[in-house]
Amino acid sequence: MGILEVKNVGKRFGGLKALDNVNLNVMENTVHAIIGPNGAGKSTLLNCLIGKLIPDTGSVMFDGQSVLGRKPHQINQMGISRVFQTPEIFGDLTVFENVMIPIFAKRDGAFRMHAIEQVTNEQDIIEAAEKMLIDVKMIDKRNEHAASLSRGDKRRLEMAMCLSQQPKLLLLDEPTAGMARADTNNTIDLLKEIKASRPITMCIIEHDMHVVFSLAERITVLAQGTPLVEDTPDNIKGHPKVKEAYLGEAAH
Amino acid sequence: MLGLTRKDTILFLIVIAMVICAPVLLNPFPSNSALAQFNAGYPDLMQRFLIFGIFAIGFNILFGLTGYLSFGHAAFLGAGSYAGVWMFKLLSMNVLPAILVSILVAGVFSVLIGFVSLRRSGIYFSILTLAFAQMSYALAYSVLTPITNGETGLQLSLNDPRILDGVAAADGSLPVANFFGVEMRDSLDVALGGWSFTFNAGYYLCAVFMILAFYIAIRIFRSPFGMMLRAVKSNQQRMSYTGLNPRPYTLAAFVISGMFAGLAGGLMVAMDPLAGAERMQWTRSGEVVLMTILGGMGTLIGPVLGAGLIKYLENILSKINDNVLHQWFSFMPDGLENVIVTLIHPFVGKGWHLTLGLMFMAVVIFLPGGLVQGGQKIAALLRRKKADPNTVKQPAE
Repeated sequence: MGILEVKNVGKRFGGLKALDNVNLNVMENTVHAIIGPNGAGKSTLLNCLIGKLIPDTGSVMFDGQSVLGRKPHQINQMGISRVFQTPEIFGDLTVFENVMIPIFAKRDGAFRMHAIEQVTNEQDIIEAAEKMLIDVKMIDKRNEHAASLSRGDKRRLEMAMCLSQQPKLLLLDEPTAGMARADTNNTIDLLKEIKASRPITMCIIEHDMHVVFSLAERITVLAQGTPLVEDTPDNIKGHPKVKEAYLGEAAH
Repeated sequence: MLGLTRKDTILFLIVIAMVICAPVLLNPFPSNSALAQFNAGYPDLMQRFLIFGIFAIGFNILFGLTGYLSFGHAAFLGAGSYAGVWMFKLLSMNVLPAILVSILVAGVFSVLIGFVSLRRSGIYFSILTLAFAQMSYALAYSVLTPITNGETGLQLSLNDPRILDGVAAADGSLPVANFFGVEMRDSLDVALGGWSFTFNAGYYLCAVFMILAFYIAIRIFRSPFGMMLRAVKSNQQRMSYTGLNPRPYTLAAFVISGMFAGLAGGLMVAMDPLAGAERMQWTRSGEVVLMTILGGMGTLIGPVLGAGLIKYLENILSKINDNVLHQWFSFMPDGLENVIVTLIHPFVGKGWHLTLGLMFMAVVIFLPGGLVQGGQKIAALLRRKKADPNTVKQPAE
């Protein structure tokens, strides 16, 4: 039994079959990578998991409950956090406020009208946010505007925001896309630290093989909307079907 | 103090002091001097400062925090005004029930409009609110005449039931709005040397409500709720993937700002028991947008400053006509005097909107943060000079 179970999921956009009979099982406390060439349906699959798209067929179960038909904020409340390809943070707010908001969301739910309490009196939230920022080594930047951070720091902040909710499943959509090698390595180190320090399941969608093989414990290869193979990194490396999917007909 | 941080407490105390002392502060020129026409310390204008200040404070909670630009807030101002006059007609000339009902009616009205309009954001939201407000205006003007008295406007009359007040005044004149016996038009005139100051009961009633409104605004700005509203403005996508539902937050902000507008409408009729459909017209909605941007959107004090400035210009500039101009420049040779008066003429009197427009353009281009940003820039300049008189540092941007 996996924490995330995708069964027979299909999705069409007009004549294009973006996903066709996808089955995926993400086991608890593992790092599971989904790779595949451009247009393989990786992003479509991810969007089906977080409520942005609703698949035409099949089911998506998380922690024993279906996520289909739920709104993004409801799916997050079930325990799924998402890191985006380009960091999605609250640019106009300070770094500290950025981390406080997800903690509020975790404590108080999707909406709570606390217009009378003052932020400065919310000791438990402040402490949790401080601890989180120390964890990701950003406490010295707490009063900076999030929009003024460097690309690497924005990514780090977004991770901190997701982790501060103690999600059961962290979805990462190409977390190192467009990054320089040094930043990529920093991100890999950060993810390794995160994995080592707490029980967490991660599902990574990634182009960069270096990232995938440094982190993943299981890998699913997706091509033309269907999963080709699912195996351990060592077995995937030399798999003929994977080579074919990436290099096309020329590999024959 | 009062659960506010030190900085906010100081700001709050300054605002209280200014509001209490306004009748003196706004009358800096002796009443028989030539500059007396620039005095703003008469009750009618000061009441308007506060009432539109409340209107703009409320509008800023929606526009400044969530970034949702409503072009229909005049509808709530109008709804509040009509509700207030009806309370005067049916219940009592006491202003308290009238104001409370104004707030309530505007609140209910804004739940309805907000629920529909907030399904869209950006320009579509603005257009929806504008459409609703213009619909309300058209209805108040025509179909709803039994409630709004159409183009004449809703007024008091001697035949109104006024169940709590009993028999009308013996001399057959219209009753006067009062606060437990204190009439709104009661004034205390104090002459001090060449100066004369008017302390008006209605003004101080507005002052109490304005200070209360300002206090609520500070609390909302500094609350987790206020932080969520700023999050709505910053990144709604991240918000929903953080497990928060933006819609109830925006609706709550919309209703709160609608109720502030209702309070402003209620106070307007408490000062002058007359409500007309033109109070709902889109120009009124536009005015409060100008006030908020001119003063500084998203800041606490900005909307109050913006409201004050616009109402001051409206009253003072529009009073300057050609006669006044000729008087000012009479020391010049005739030909030059006429040229100068002709040049200034379009900017004053009925043309004061031209001055306002130019000023608005200048603020938006050079000070996007409004008057508050202007103040901050000046303060930063002074501080830098004081700290280091020899070398002028480049700003860090």
